[in-house]
Amino acid sequence: MAATFLIPTVLRTHTGNRESVTIEGKTVGEALESLVKAHPGLKPHIMTEAGKLRSFVNVFVNEDDIRQKGNLKAPVKSGDEISIVPSIAGG
Amino acid sequence: MDLVGNTPMIEITRALTLARGQRIFAKAEWANPGGSVKDRAAARMILEGERSGRLTKEKIILDATSGNTGIAYACIAAARGYRLRLCVPENISPERKSILAALGAEVIYTSGQDGSDGAILEARRRFESAPAKYFYPDQYGNDDNWRAHFHSTGPEIWKQTRGRITHFVATVGTGGTLMGAGRFLKKQNPAVRVIAVEPDSPFHGLEGMKHMAAAIVPKIYDLKFADETMYVSTEAAHESIRKVARTEGLLVGLSSGAALAAAESVANRIARDRKPAVIVTVFPDNADKYLTERFWKES
Repeated sequence: MAATFLIPTVLRTHTGNRESVTIEGKTVGEALESLVKAHPGLKPHIMTEAGKLRSFVNVFVNEDDIRQKGNLKAPVKSGDEISIVPSIAGG
Repeated sequence: MDLVGNTPMIEITRALTLARGQRIFAKAEWANPGGSVKDRAAARMILEGERSGRLTKEKIILDATSGNTGIAYACIAAARGYRLRLCVPENISPERKSILAALGAEVIYTSGQDGSDGAILEARRRFESAPAKYFYPDQYGNDDNWRAHFHSTGPEIWKQTRGRITHFVATVGTGGTLMGAGRFLKKQNPAVRVIAVEPDSPFHGLEGMKHMAAAIVPKIYDLKFADETMYVSTEAAHESIRKVARTEGLLVGLSSGAALAAAESVANRIARDRKPAVIVTVFPDNADKYLTERFWKES
């Protein structure tokens, strides 16, 4: 199942400046694992050492917050857009 | 406008284990009428706009903000009869969105993926396409932002510590507080050390703060001004916030947590040299706008 991760502007240095990355995975957890495997520089920004999402990181599948959809077990379908949304910065 | 500034200074004692001779004080900026430190800069930028004739009743006030400056503008615009248009990243806390709506501000939401820089670029684009229509204070590039702190926050800190401050620690978003109060304090006593606090990563949960290395550096922020910059993780700020809530009975905001975490590290470092210190920081806002955040439920 190929889904597309939308990469926040500030993290694109870790994806060779790509705005989006296509990743396989049946759940958000699997997709995230593949994402950070393909782009290891992303990992410390998004996940804890134990492999959990950092507490201020929000992940949406299309418009839905995964925390309401089973967290890392939230299902991913082909064609879904997954966004990693940072808290905002600056004044 | 008369209610802006002159905020209390609180000594933080129970939340920290400090060595003898180390004292940490914080300015309680939520005591401003708009609930944050941003009232100071917003008030001065609006008043200077009026005084210079650049802001008139036909103009719409336009700026980019991650929330608190927007709330400050919205209070002042409502009270003085101006229209206000704000460019705001869509991922600010729901509480901030509700406050801006309640105050009647017009809000243009920009992509959360682009953070506060996306909002800045949108405000610039709108202003450049119709400059006559807007008064664009541009908090990131307006000298009245830091001057507000040079003339209020700095002198208040000097007076409230009776000139005994040794270290000034401030989080940076626009850099206004650090530059303004820092310049004033160094003018009184060049030995005062000024310490900037930034998030440790460009991807963080410290609303209002900027990781300068990966952001549009505000024009008013001189990267060489601070004697040093400390980097705080979002998790360390959360930890400080919970500690202050549970031991001091103070509900402080995210950047306040980061400020305290940094101030505590400074104190511990100075204590190793067995020197006394009066460390002053600024708590930009309280937790009213962050009570729905998940970190309260963590240990």
